[in-house]
Amino acid sequence: MKNLTSRIDKERLFLALAAPVLAIVAAIVVTTLVIMATGKDPVAAFSDMVSYGSASDSQVYILNKATTYYLAGVAVAVGFRMNLFNIGVDGQYRLAAFFAAVLGGALTLPGIVAVPLIILCAMVTGALWAAIAGILKVTRGVSEVIATIMLNSIATAVIGYLLQPGQLGQLDQAGTLVSTRPLPKSSYFFSFDAGPAGELWGFIVIAALVGVVYWFVLGRTRFGFDLRTVGRSDSAAAASGVSVKRMVATSMVISGAVAGLIGMPTLLNDSHQFSSDFPTGVGFTGIAIALLGRNHPVGIALGALLWGFLERTTNHLEFQGYDKEILGVIQGVIVLCVVIAYELVRRYGLRRQQQRVGAELAVAQAAGTAPDTVTAVPTEKQEVAR
Amino acid sequence: MELRGITKRFPGVVANRDIDITVHRGTVHALCGENGAGKSTLMKILYGMQKPDEGTITVDGEQTSFHTPADAIARGIGMVHQHFMLAENLTVLENVVLGAEKLYGIGARARAKINEISDAYGLGVRPGVLVEELGVADRQRVEILKVLYRGARTLILDEPTAVLVPQEVDALFANLRELKSEGLTVIFISHKLGEVLSVADEITVIRRGTTVGTADPRTTTSKQLAELMVGSELPSPQTEEAPAWHAADTPMLQVAGLRLTQTDLDGVERVILDDISFTIHHGEVLGIAGVEGNGQSELVEAVMGIRDPDSGTVVLDGRDMSHAPTRRRREGGVGYIPEDRHRHGLLLEAPLWENRILGHVTEPPNSRRGLLDIKAARADTERIIADYDVRTPGIDVTAASLSGGNQQKLIVGREMSHRPKLLIAAHPTRGVDVGAQAQIWDQIRRARRDGLAVLLISADLDELIGLSDTLRVMYRGRLVADADPGTITPEELGSAMTGAATGHLEHPAEEAPPGPAEGPRPDGTADAPARRTADAPQDTAASKDERR
Repeated sequence: MKNLTSRIDKERLFLALAAPVLAIVAAIVVTTLVIMATGKDPVAAFSDMVSYGSASDSQVYILNKATTYYLAGVAVAVGFRMNLFNIGVDGQYRLAAFFAAVLGGALTLPGIVAVPLIILCAMVTGALWAAIAGILKVTRGVSEVIATIMLNSIATAVIGYLLQPGQLGQLDQAGTLVSTRPLPKSSYFFSFDAGPAGELWGFIVIAALVGVVYWFVLGRTRFGFDLRTVGRSDSAAAASGVSVKRMVATSMVISGAVAGLIGMPTLLNDSHQFSSDFPTGVGFTGIAIALLGRNHPVGIALGALLWGFLERTTNHLEFQGYDKEILGVIQGVIVLCVVIAYELVRRYGLRRQQQRVGAELAVAQAAGTAPDTVTAVPTEKQEVAR
Repeated sequence: MELRGITKRFPGVVANRDIDITVHRGTVHALCGENGAGKSTLMKILYGMQKPDEGTITVDGEQTSFHTPADAIARGIGMVHQHFMLAENLTVLENVVLGAEKLYGIGARARAKINEISDAYGLGVRPGVLVEELGVADRQRVEILKVLYRGARTLILDEPTAVLVPQEVDALFANLRELKSEGLTVIFISHKLGEVLSVADEITVIRRGTTVGTADPRTTTSKQLAELMVGSELPSPQTEEAPAWHAADTPMLQVAGLRLTQTDLDGVERVILDDISFTIHHGEVLGIAGVEGNGQSELVEAVMGIRDPDSGTVVLDGRDMSHAPTRRRREGGVGYIPEDRHRHGLLLEAPLWENRILGHVTEPPNSRRGLLDIKAARADTERIIADYDVRTPGIDVTAASLSGGNQQKLIVGREMSHRPKLLIAAHPTRGVDVGAQAQIWDQIRRARRDGLAVLLISADLDELIGLSDTLRVMYRGRLVADADPGTITPEELGSAMTGAATGHLEHPAEEAPPGPAEGPRPDGTADAPARRTADAPQDTAASKDERR
């Protein structure tokens, strides 16, 4: 009996890895075909990607990018674990970063106080923005997908309105870029000096911490169990005593709070101000990464690193004469394949386990080891009262 | 029709092995076996939904092979599914011609044909009526007519009586005899042995995927049949001494004036529960009978706190719980065996130990101070599996891998492990095999002896009568009648369930007050379920579960 359990576990691990590997292999094949179709050499492209991507300055770049992406992935994954599609991560983090930047620019406190305040402000903003969609869902039954998509647009408009000279924005000296007032030096987040390779953002520590908390809360607490229960079956959750509505609202708020952190590595480690060129669309990247990482804290990290790697190396390919659209093709194919592969692997795994359990019990029964007295009888045909 | 040596393998499992059945023209042939014995697979093969790996099917002396249901229909074989496949917003006529427009058109010719069939077999189907206005029994007759309309000479009926009350079952059997007398063949799948014996001309028993024997209903008792089905002497629950529950005559659950309404999309208010009042004492089992859909599920949900009643009170052991959230009620000592275990009782894709936590996450051993105690929960899952005889290779397999009976045993074990004061058991033995059924009854009876109060909802009248101390009948959201389980018969209960009788149901023949020797309780508790084991009318959702 012990044997089967370990076998199933091993198999489960294998199946868990099979899907993303399958997806990436498929993406490589498709990309190869696309590059060949444009008349270029795919092997040279891949070897360039690998050699360029493994350079030390690329590594720092990838890690920095991955920090942002990781937070985005976790923010989306919190919703996914509940069967909630928080498309609004994008609007949430941009609005959060904006207000955090405004606050940071206005504060003249020592960094040890200012930085936590800025981060808190971002989390609260993200949480409140997400809460709108959560409340609409539980009180009026509005689909969170629709609500968050529209809130994204509203966030863009709000930022556009407020980020003007005379409102909360100011023109830079060159007179070309509108931004919030820059953060004082004291409010910069620490970073690791990697010598000529550049600076590794210190926020990676926070991101790692977020991952640990995510894992712990979901896997080890009552709250996390309730959350996962709702995600697996809301009818069973309601019958088991979880208030599904409150859970929906709560997880939306948590998702928004984590989303609020997405802009922080950039703001505190890099740009130190929110300007019209602040990165956009990271929330959608987060959806892809959460899918790729299967909502698992380690999986999301790998997905974030892969995304950083692809971005870094395909940028470089452009200089080698390849088309920069290659990036979109690779990412698109990976996401598509991952979604399909996971579903296939999930169904296959479930069916396979059912069969194995059935087979195992049948064997045990035949051998007479199962505590079975009712059905373990010879099956020769008999005739009754004929 | 003859089936010879039919074998069907699914990867890893042999669903059917060496099946031999001979069905004679113009007979009712019953096919019975436990859940999971392979009845459904066999019928799918016969109806062309699946292909056998080995074996032959011979119809009228001619060997055939079916690739699709259309092939089977072409050979005159039709199937009436357990779950009706009717469009509610269409008329009977439209439903019947749907997909068979080529036969007799969709107009007057089709109507005439329907009337002709209906008259010929005494089905009493009116073609112009909307299906949504029809009751369950009428819908079933429409399904039968649909099959006949398509020219079937052999009808396969999958668990046709599962959804019917006794009177409707009798009417159905009259229809079947009519069909038989017109030379049609009926294959009747059931595990309600009493019905099988009363309607069938021949019986074939399937056990673990193979035919284990045939029986002649005229000379076979249901006990012999059950033993053939299960494969050995039936476990007979030991006789029990009269429980000491009346010593503690204190109320455990008091429900008073419970009312629940629901406003539908048109703004019309529908009363689902109307002035429901009852009390369950320590060590008492209150059974609620009723045709499904008369408010039983909603009553359970209101007592569980899943639905909030408009008015009325629910008092558990002296504490007012009328509007308490579900979790408070569970922590307050309510155990719950839900009606639909897949939707409400289990996380199918989660491992067993997580399912053990479900519903009791705030209680030991599952958690301490907000944190899960995974080690303790796992250990306790092992204990439940051992104590409640859940057959599984381990606690890390998903709940979906277990058979219905073992899933249910896990749920019963989980709920009982928290020493509930009140157990709400909705169809506790639905879709489980005979062995698990006896075990579950045993668990409920044992807990009752220790003072557990039980609210029992069941469609299985024998189960209700056998386990309950008090019986109430629910009809259209009201408790319309009460009965003494010691004297009432399923037929009498059945007529109250259709709304025909109200008030206190008295057995007309025996008015005798229950004396100490012939009291309702002692043999009611111990014997009736024992009889039931043999009689085993099992459930309504059985084959649904099998398919899932």
